[in-house]
Amino acid sequence: MTIGCDVLRRPFPAFFLSFSVMGSLLILALLVPLVVILISSSPADVVKSLRDSEVVGAIIVSMSAATLATCIALIFGVPLAYVFARKEFRLKSLLESIVEFPIVVPHSVAGIMILLAYHSRTPIGHILSNLGVAIEDSFWGITAAMLFVSAPILVSTVRAGFSLVDESYEHVARTLGASQLKVFFTISLPLAFRSVLSGAILTWARSISEVGAILIIAPYPKSAAVLVLERFEAFGLTAAKPLTVLLVVISLAIFVLLRLITKR
Amino acid sequence: MKATNVLEIVQLSKKWKDFSIEDVSLKVEKNEYFVIMGPTGAGKTLLLQLIAGIHTPDKGKIIIEGEDVTFLPSEKRRVGYVPQNYALFPHLSVMDNIAYGLRAQGLDKDSAKKRVISVAEDLGISHLLKRKISTLSGGEQQRVALARALVISPKVLLLDEPLSALDAQTREGLRSYLRELKRKLKLTAIHVTHDFVEALELGDRLAVMFRGRLTQVGSPNEIIFNPRDELIAHFTGFKNVFDGVVVEEKDGVSVIDIDGIKIFTITNKQGAVRVAIRPESILVARHPVTTSARNMLKGVVQEVIELAPHIVIKVDAGIPLTVYLTKSALEELNIRVGTEVYLLFKASDVKVF
Repeated sequence: MTIGCDVLRRPFPAFFLSFSVMGSLLILALLVPLVVILISSSPADVVKSLRDSEVVGAIIVSMSAATLATCIALIFGVPLAYVFARKEFRLKSLLESIVEFPIVVPHSVAGIMILLAYHSRTPIGHILSNLGVAIEDSFWGITAAMLFVSAPILVSTVRAGFSLVDESYEHVARTLGASQLKVFFTISLPLAFRSVLSGAILTWARSISEVGAILIIAPYPKSAAVLVLERFEAFGLTAAKPLTVLLVVISLAIFVLLRLITKR
Repeated sequence: MKATNVLEIVQLSKKWKDFSIEDVSLKVEKNEYFVIMGPTGAGKTLLLQLIAGIHTPDKGKIIIEGEDVTFLPSEKRRVGYVPQNYALFPHLSVMDNIAYGLRAQGLDKDSAKKRVISVAEDLGISHLLKRKISTLSGGEQQRVALARALVISPKVLLLDEPLSALDAQTREGLRSYLRELKRKLKLTAIHVTHDFVEALELGDRLAVMFRGRLTQVGSPNEIIFNPRDELIAHFTGFKNVFDGVVVEEKDGVSVIDIDGIKIFTITNKQGAVRVAIRPESILVARHPVTTSARNMLKGVVQEVIELAPHIVIKVDAGIPLTVYLTKSALEELNIRVGTEVYLLFKASDVKVF
């Protein structure tokens, strides 16, 4: 019908124009800091900061702790997300709330909660420290803080992915002779793979950006976000900039990757 | 020879979400194509899913080839299940979809491939094997889903409204395809549908399901011509249903009074009754004619509706009657709104409940 086409060809109506202008102001407000940080440090400064062993060490700590936290979240979170997506049971909403709770807790508070629950003198902490996994001022503490704040993101993203997989695929696969476990690995997981992947990337990114809980539990060894804060406090803005740019570039790369995966 | 039951369902009951089935019992023999028909929400899908092992019943038994499978998991039942949306695995090719069951049961890749190729030939879908699921038409998807279910040589094939998602033309083609397949492969199947014509065309035996209960089981002829109650009659196409009173009975023929109109019928019922007459059982004439039909009512055409494949005319004959005609009959008789007509139907065509 030509009427519909005419409507589409009409110039941007005033209503959308005004909304777009308002929206553009927000986009601008978000974009300016990104542009400013990228142009305010020279590539030479960034390269120089890469030669700083403390910076490199902090980035390695952050990336490896975030990777470990993501792996743990995947191993335990994916099965949990599947149960949440597929089963109805008593106390389900209570359990869902427990999993989502860390999202609403201020991160410094989360740090205190983790420390109180798992420090070496608590029963669980005692067992863990005997196994060489004491959380105070350790790599494991950074990982624990990252896991606490990021696992809810993984569970909710993956759960949404499983919910979108039509259960009839699983039913048919079972009638064809596949066990429940085989169906999970050959049907459910491949069909929800994109959600699992974006969940993992978001979890990793959230872990990398964590500061509050890490400062309480394990300010040492230094993670990248903690080092930025420390340099800013000790030496001011200029000293913090090169490392900040590095972290922005890493975050940007992850973000672009995520967009590419989810848009594909 | 004694018939072998492949499937026996004994007093099965289940409540699940808004659906329920109650006290369903039935037997399906080897090589029998059994059609369960009923309106949406009757519980047909739930019944198939219970047989497939997707749900466990609250009560009752499911026996397949003599083995009680009521609490056996799906993967141990060897039933072929084709759900309404076909549920073809979107991340696998057609070949891998069909091979899925064979591979799940531990067959090596080459043997699975050979078997898939042979089944694909039987079903006329060899040309589709390399295609992605997303590129298949509705009809092609249906054939692939059938192949995937048949490749595991199921003891019984369960088809949930297999034609309902297709356009009219494809549906017609696939109906004959299923008829042919049923003959060629000697299928033992349960096919559920809400389409009465589909049921008649395909079913060796039919069952009618309403509100979770099987209300009648029998041959297509029994269901069409001897519907057990008014609900079945209405579902199977009896459009003309009236309340009346048996006022006379003589020589096996009863007279029923419906709002002052006398209808001849064959029944042994007495007193208040309900009668139903199928629209296609009524003949239309422009003048009074003498025939063997005991009923002839004079009426005036109130409405003419073109409803492919036939024309529906509504006639006021003292009682409102719906009649089906072909387009050529309509033209030859020159029938339009206001035309005076005579409606004839046999006493035996009047069903009394």
